[in-house]
Amino acid sequence: MKRALLVIMLGALYILHQDFWFWRTANPLVFGFLPIGLFYHACYTIAIAFALWLLVEHAWPSELEDGVSDGETVRGGETATYRPVAESHGRPLSSTEEGAKH
Amino acid sequence: MIPALFVFGYLAVVLYIGIFAFRRSAHREEAEDYFLANRSLGPYVFLFSLFGTNMTAFAILGSSGHAFNNGIVTFGLMASSSALIIPLSLFLIGTRVWALGKKYGFITPVQMFRDRWECSHIGTVIFAVQAAFLVPYIIIGVMGGGTALSAISGGRIPYWVGGAVVAMVVMCYVFFGGMRGTAWVNTFQASLFLCFGAIALVVIGAGMGGFRESAEALLASPATAPLLTRERVSPLFFFSYTFIPLSSIAFPHITIFCLTARRVSQFKKTVVLYPICMLALWLPCVFLGVMANRATDVPKIQEKIEARRALAVQGPTLTSDERDALRDKTAGDDVLLLLLERYAPLWLAGLLGAGIMAAVMASDSQILALSTMFTEDVFAFYGGKKRFGEAAQVHTGRLFIVLITVVAYAVALRAPQNIFDLAVQYAFSGYSALSPLLVAALFWKRSTKWGALASTVWCAVSVAAVAILQYVVPAPAPGPPVVMWSIAGVEVLSRTPGGTAIFGLMPVVPMTIISAMFLVVASSLTSGPSSTTLKRYFRP
Repeated sequence: MKRALLVIMLGALYILHQDFWFWRTANPLVFGFLPIGLFYHACYTIAIAFALWLLVEHAWPSELEDGVSDGETVRGGETATYRPVAESHGRPLSSTEEGAKH
Repeated sequence: MIPALFVFGYLAVVLYIGIFAFRRSAHREEAEDYFLANRSLGPYVFLFSLFGTNMTAFAILGSSGHAFNNGIVTFGLMASSSALIIPLSLFLIGTRVWALGKKYGFITPVQMFRDRWECSHIGTVIFAVQAAFLVPYIIIGVMGGGTALSAISGGRIPYWVGGAVVAMVVMCYVFFGGMRGTAWVNTFQASLFLCFGAIALVVIGAGMGGFRESAEALLASPATAPLLTRERVSPLFFFSYTFIPLSSIAFPHITIFCLTARRVSQFKKTVVLYPICMLALWLPCVFLGVMANRATDVPKIQEKIEARRALAVQGPTLTSDERDALRDKTAGDDVLLLLLERYAPLWLAGLLGAGIMAAVMASDSQILALSTMFTEDVFAFYGGKKRFGEAAQVHTGRLFIVLITVVAYAVALRAPQNIFDLAVQYAFSGYSALSPLLVAALFWKRSTKWGALASTVWCAVSVAAVAILQYVVPAPAPGPPVVMWSIAGVEVLSRTPGGTAIFGLMPVVPMTIISAMFLVVASSLTSGPSSTTLKRYFRP
């Protein structure tokens, strides 16, 4: 449910970008100098930041860090899982033989 | 000349940062350290560096120039749409690319594609197309450098010298500092040009006696009032532009940059604060670009306004060469510099000029990315690393950096189009059309290498087709487009004053949709990678 609401929020933001209602008018000039179309998009950009904050708070893919080491344990496509694919094509993918370096 | 001295001081600082990064590197002969800063960037360096990398010459010079001629629509076209699409693509795609890179040691997107789709030479085709699209983007940096340095020095430093100086400085710190140097320099640059917008707004505003009177005067004149609205741009064209920011995550330098974060949580601040950074930089630049139309006491700005008027009035009766000559005169890439020269005190103009140079010099990441791609996807993949060792790989990368810079400079000297057009028409559209590759690799199990190949070839062919079309059919005068193909009264293909339209949309829309269709159809007709590979990418 939460995920669906976030998707709807992002879809609504995309639609709100097409603000045809301020297309042909500059008035009112906000603060006396800022055309309304430009002011709208400035506010819209701030709204995006808020929406993205909600997204980060409620739908952050923290599972991506599972099984990923924090140190410098992998380098340049040299992991064991990566190697068989390269070998199956008979071409040396970046330094597949140098796994012993670790 | 004093502002130019400030800029040279700035260039010296940037150069020092690059060399300092070289000295700080403990593993300078290792590819992962040189090309990815050992995947060790913290949250703020990651945010500012990524933002600095995305903001090229057009972010300041091109945006104000575009706004000078087209009005406030520039902000909605490029800034607010990018503020939504770019962080969202980092959230959905960037984080996943980071995780796979960390897990399997990928340094370039092509390495991931090769592994994900179990392909070898198809990966090389993707590399070639990515590289071909990236080169114009690098040229933008050199052109921007030449334009900026020449304008800041009041024309005393010629364009070709300015371009050469900027190219040399960028080449040096990328050559020595690699990703670490580039990221630090980008962080410094982003901090500078984020301050630039607000300071420029205040200084120029004070110089012009406030903006209220200028805005009202622009609104009162029939010639300039449309600049404060979006009536000169069709809603379809405006909608089309939301496809352009899809290019960001598909640019190899951005994909590669996603691999430099220490932890995935370092994307959080970038995702949330990216729109605010966009606002802080683009709003002042676009607004000042529009307001420049009131600075008629600046002779060069007056010349541009007169050329624009001549193009609008006499355009249809002129030859295409004469129209092109007038278009060159209307190009507004230097209006912000001209405003600073007119309204800011010399020392401040120098400092702000350094801020502009910071944005202009964003080609560093592209140069490094191209070098990374060449050394990883070609040199190492085809046996160079195995034969000559990892140190030779890094040396090859550095040699390649010199080569790219020289070629980009040579092309920049001859390229006639203005910064904005060159970027949008070739690099951005091409990469937007390549974005389905990343989506398919990460989210669609059934995607295959043949689907990826079909999509990539389509991207190359469609970009070439648009470029050839625009070369063969000259741009018409401002006004209605030249319809080249219509069916039952519906305009299918048109040549517009600014480019090409397909069903009234920018080419990037059909290019991206058809690219995705090719990927889906070709993947559906061919068999995918082994279950062993799929298990590593998708949870059962």
